[in-house]
Amino acid sequence: MIEVKGLVKTYGPKRAVDGVTFTVKRGDILGFLGPNGAGKSTTMKMITGFLRPDAGTAKVDGVDVTVDPVAVKSKLGYLPESAPAYPEMTVEEFLGFIADVRGFRSPDAKAAQVDRAIKLTHLNPVRKQTIETLSKGFKQRVGFAQALLHDPAVLILDEPTDGLDPNQKNEVRSLIKSMAVEKAVILSTHILEEVDAICNRVIIISQGKVVADETPTQLRARKPGARIDEIFRELTRGDI
Amino acid sequence: MRQIVPIFKREFLGYFRSPVAYVFLIAFLVISVSLAFSRYGGFFRAGVAGMESYFTFFPWLFMFIVPAVGMRLWSEEKRAGTVELLFTLPVTTLEAVLGKFLAGWAFLALAVVLSFPMALTVGYLGDPDWGVIFTTYVGAILMAGGYLGVCALTSALTKNQVISFVLSLGVCAILLFLGFSSFTDTLEGVLPMAFADALANFSFITHFDAFTKGIIDPKDVIFFLSLMGFTLFLNVVALER
Ligand SMILES: Nc1ncnc2c1ncn2[C@@H]1O[C@H](COP(=O)(O)OP(=O)(O)OP(=O)(O)O)[C@@H](O)[C@H]1O
Ligand SMILES: [Mg+2]
Repeated sequence: MIEVKGLVKTYGPKRAVDGVTFTVKRGDILGFLGPNGAGKSTTMKMITGFLRPDAGTAKVDGVDVTVDPVAVKSKLGYLPESAPAYPEMTVEEFLGFIADVRGFRSPDAKAAQVDRAIKLTHLNPVRKQTIETLSKGFKQRVGFAQALLHDPAVLILDEPTDGLDPNQKNEVRSLIKSMAVEKAVILSTHILEEVDAICNRVIIISQGKVVADETPTQLRARKPGARIDEIFRELTRGDI
Repeated sequence: MRQIVPIFKREFLGYFRSPVAYVFLIAFLVISVSLAFSRYGGFFRAGVAGMESYFTFFPWLFMFIVPAVGMRLWSEEKRAGTVELLFTLPVTTLEAVLGKFLAGWAFLALAVVLSFPMALTVGYLGDPDWGVIFTTYVGAILMAGGYLGVCALTSALTKNQVISFVLSLGVCAILLFLGFSSFTDTLEGVLPMAFADALANFSFITHFDAFTKGIIDPKDVIFFLSLMGFTLFLNVVALER
């Protein structure tokens, strides 16, 4: 469903993303790992059509993002890093706006979509509160609700569990896992156990390059008996 | 183009979700009305039933007030990171630019139209030429659109609202001053006459003037509309860069 080929993004003298290639099939949950500044968010921004790649292509469902960005964007649900949202709106108003833009214009369809997203992300207690007054974890959940509001076929989640309490982390993980059967999911994370818990594929990226692309089991098998963070350190040594 | 509607709605209602809108509308009315009654405006002394003394200050007032509305249009989205959200929703850049611009314009038009009690007062006290009042309102709203186009563009260039405000103010001031004879005279000293005259054609004052005399000249309407079109086009280019 997602095909990424030779993506490159350069900032001044620095190659933030340097020829990243991978594919994600329906039913896959791909875990995107890598040290800070490795290029995870930049890669995601190119797949979602927010940044224009300097070279390479990203296709979703066979559609190239640079050719028909609007078609790709309507298939995607995207949670950007740090979950930006309009601070002066209430949760309900904000999700209503997203529903409007996503094409749920009739009041009934809109309310149904908003209620569903609020229910899935447990936002009911704060639905009438303005987003600027929410705690970090609740803001994160609003971002997550926004991403899955239209039940998209492809979910791209940049650090979805960042800032959540342990209960919510588990909740979000099982939610992603339960939805993934008919979706393609990419999520980035710094929690190595998270990858073990929900992903069936792992990509480790270091200095803009893919250094590992395999199943969590294969990753462990690289160094039997070692902890997963040791293997991570070994693979991303170039970044330290 | 149907995506313009939700973007317009969010932006327009957004003004009223914070105290900004109310502070702005009240400040605008207080300043514009007190300028009209001031010794420079001479609303009463003029001895005529008309709105001219009220509207003469509009090109000046807009120079400060429109950047205050326009500066947040894109700068705020960039600062808060919501551009990333907006441009990963199924909207084209043009739809986003138009939706936001029209919302800002509608808000400015509302501010202008809220001065209508002034016109009613004039109508109660005397016998004004309603045609002139009408054309002046049309001119003021068109001029607000021209200013806003410039401000929307400068706000797309930076995520810093202060820079955005100062930049808009500067460009608007230039567009205003081009119409003053003292300014154009200086220009004529430096530049060829024809060129200086051509520049004077770009002034807001030159084009607003006819409206206040009751004339809707297509030339003036086209000036404001094409200024909006041009700045909005550049706005799209600046965002897609
Ligand atoms: N707008 C920008 N201008 C210049 N450099 C940038 C810009 N955005 C990102 N970079 C650089 O690109 C590199 C990759 O950044 P990116 O945000 O993709 O990292 P990341 O893998 O998401 O890191 P993290 O785990 O900290 O979120 C970094 O070195 C960063 O400094
Ligand atoms: Mg990141």
